Amino acid sequence: MTSPPRRFNLFQRLLHWLMAACIIAMLFIGVGMVSTITPKYLPLILAHKTLGATLLVLVLIRLALRLRYGAPPLPDDLPKTMKFGAKLSHHALYGLMIVMPLLGLGMLWAAAYPVVLYGAIRIPALLSQSDTVHTLLWNAHFYLGFAFFALVLLHIAAGLYHALIRRDGVFETIAPLPRRDSATPAE
Amino acid sequence: MNQPRNLPRSGLGPLVLIAAILGGSVAAFAYTAGWLSSQRLTPEKVVEALTPPGGVPPGHRRNHAKGICFTGVFEANGNGVPLSSARVFEQGRYPALGRFNLGTPNPDAADATVRVRGMGLLISSDDGHEWRSAMINPPVFPVSTPQAFHGLLLASASKDPNAMKTFADANPEIAAFSDWAKTAPWTASYAEEPYHSLNSFIFTDGAGGDHAVRWSLLPAAQPVPVSQVDLEKRGPNFLEQEIRERVRTAGAQRWTMAVTVADPGDPTADPSKAWPQGRRTVPVGTLVVLRIEPERDGPCRDINFDPTVLPPGIRVSDDPFPAARSSVYRKSYDLRTAEAKDYPRTEATKP
Repeated sequence: MTSPPRRFNLFQRLLHWLMAACIIAMLFIGVGMVSTITPKYLPLILAHKTLGATLLVLVLIRLALRLRYGAPPLPDDLPKTMKFGAKLSHHALYGLMIVMPLLGLGMLWAAAYPVVLYGAIRIPALLSQSDTVHTLLWNAHFYLGFAFFALVLLHIAAGLYHALIRRDGVFETIAPLPRRDSATPAE
Repeated sequence: MNQPRNLPRSGLGPLVLIAAILGGSVAAFAYTAGWLSSQRLTPEKVVEALTPPGGVPPGHRRNHAKGICFTGVFEANGNGVPLSSARVFEQGRYPALGRFNLGTPNPDAADATVRVRGMGLLISSDDGHEWRSAMINPPVFPVSTPQAFHGLLLASASKDPNAMKTFADANPEIAAFSDWAKTAPWTASYAEEPYHSLNSFIFTDGAGGDHAVRWSLLPAAQPVPVSQVDLEKRGPNFLEQEIRERVRTAGAQRWTMAVTVADPGDPTADPSKAWPQGRRTVPVGTLVVLRIEPERDGPCRDINFDPTVLPPGIRVSDDPFPAARSSVYRKSYDLRTAEAKDYPRTEATKP
C-alpha cells in the first residue's frame, strides 16, 4: 500500500471539471426544457438525453479511478462534523451522478419512448411500458434533480470555503492546475 | 500550518463572493426554469387552457381524449425512397399501431358534436426506429403559431361573447379553417376520413438532399356525406361502434399515404396555409388497419403520439408546432399516466 496521494491525479482532476460543467449544464437544460414549448425544446431535450448518457459512462470511469487511486486525506485539523459532512455529500454526489441518468433512461423506457441520442444512436429499452413505474421514476428524476442542484451549490460553497477562507489546501487537491505555492494538506 | 484561529484573516470579501456566486446561481436557475417569467408559455399553461368546463377527466389525454385503438401494417411501395432514407419507405411491410380520435378534451363527448377527427399513428421499422405522428382531418390548421393556438383555446373558453370575434380579427388565418368547419361534409365513419400531417417536415434522401414535405392518409373508403343532424340521432359513440363493425364485417380498411413535396417558397412554417394545388405528390404506401380495440385495454393507450419521434431520414422543419406539441403531449402523458388508477384497465381484473 502506497501512501495516500497529495492530490487527485491529472485524469481525475480533468474528469471532475469536465463532469462539473456537464452536470451544471444538465441541471439548467433540464429545468429549461420542461418549461418551454418553443422550437428549442427539441434540441434541449436531445442534448439532455445525449449528455445524460455520456455522464453515465463518465461517472463509471470516475468511480473506477476513485476506487483505484483513492482520494487525498482531508486536513487533520478539519472539524469532525465537517469531515463527516464532506464524506456524506461526496457519497450523495456520486449516488446522484449514477442514479440520475438511470432514472432518466428508465422513465423514458417506462413511457415507451424510443431513446435516440445525438447522431441517431439508439439505446434499446430494458423496461417495458408501465404507468406506475413511469410515474415513480419521473417523480424521482424530477425531485432528485432539485436535490442535485442544491448539493452542487453546497459543494461549490464548500470548495470556495476551503479555497478562499480556510486556505487549507483542500481545493488544491482537485484544482485543474497546481498553484505556485501549492499547499500541502494534512501536514 | 493553518490554525483555525488564523481564519479571520481573509476578512469579509470571500464570504461576500461566495454568497454572490450562490445567489447568482440560484437566480440563473430560477430564470431558466421560468419562475421569474410569468409570461412564458409553458406546457402547463397549454394543458390548463385545454381543461374542459367540467374539469379534467383524470387518466385521459388532455386533448383528443376520446379514441379507439387500431393495429395493422404499413405497406411501403418503395416510391418514398428517393425522398427519404427512412427504413419505412423501403418496399416492405412494417407494423403499425394507431388511434382514431376526436379533437376534444372531453372523453365522453358525443361523436356528432366534435368537428375535428384525428388519427395517431406509430410505424415501427426493423432498425429499431419509430415514426410517430398525429394527424387530423381538416386541410389546414386553425392558426399559425402555438401562441395563437393557446389564444384560441382561451378565446373559445371565454365567457366574453365577443372573444371569438376579437380572436378572429387578430388571427385572420383562422378563416380557412372556419370555412372548412362550416362547409365540409361530415361522414359517419373514421374510415371515410383523410388525415393530414398539416405540419411540414424535412425528408432527407440517401444522397443527403432535403425535401420539405407534408403528408396525408387518404381513405380507400368512399366518403358518404351525412348531415350533422343525422349523426346526432346515431347515439354518442357511433364512430367507435361503426369502425369496429366495419373492420369486423368488411375486413381491413386502407389509406394511401401521400407525401406532398413543397416547391421553393411554399410556407413550411405555417400549418394554417395550404400549399398551392398541383404540388408533386408521391404515394409512398398503404396503411392497412386490421384490428380495432377499445382504448382502455388497447395498445394505443400507453403511446404518446409525439410527432417529433422520427426515424433517421425525417426531421422537423421550421414549423414551430411539432416542438410545441411534443412538449405539451409529454406533459399530458406525464399527468395521465400518474392518474391511471382513475381510468382503470379491465384486463387486470379478469380471471
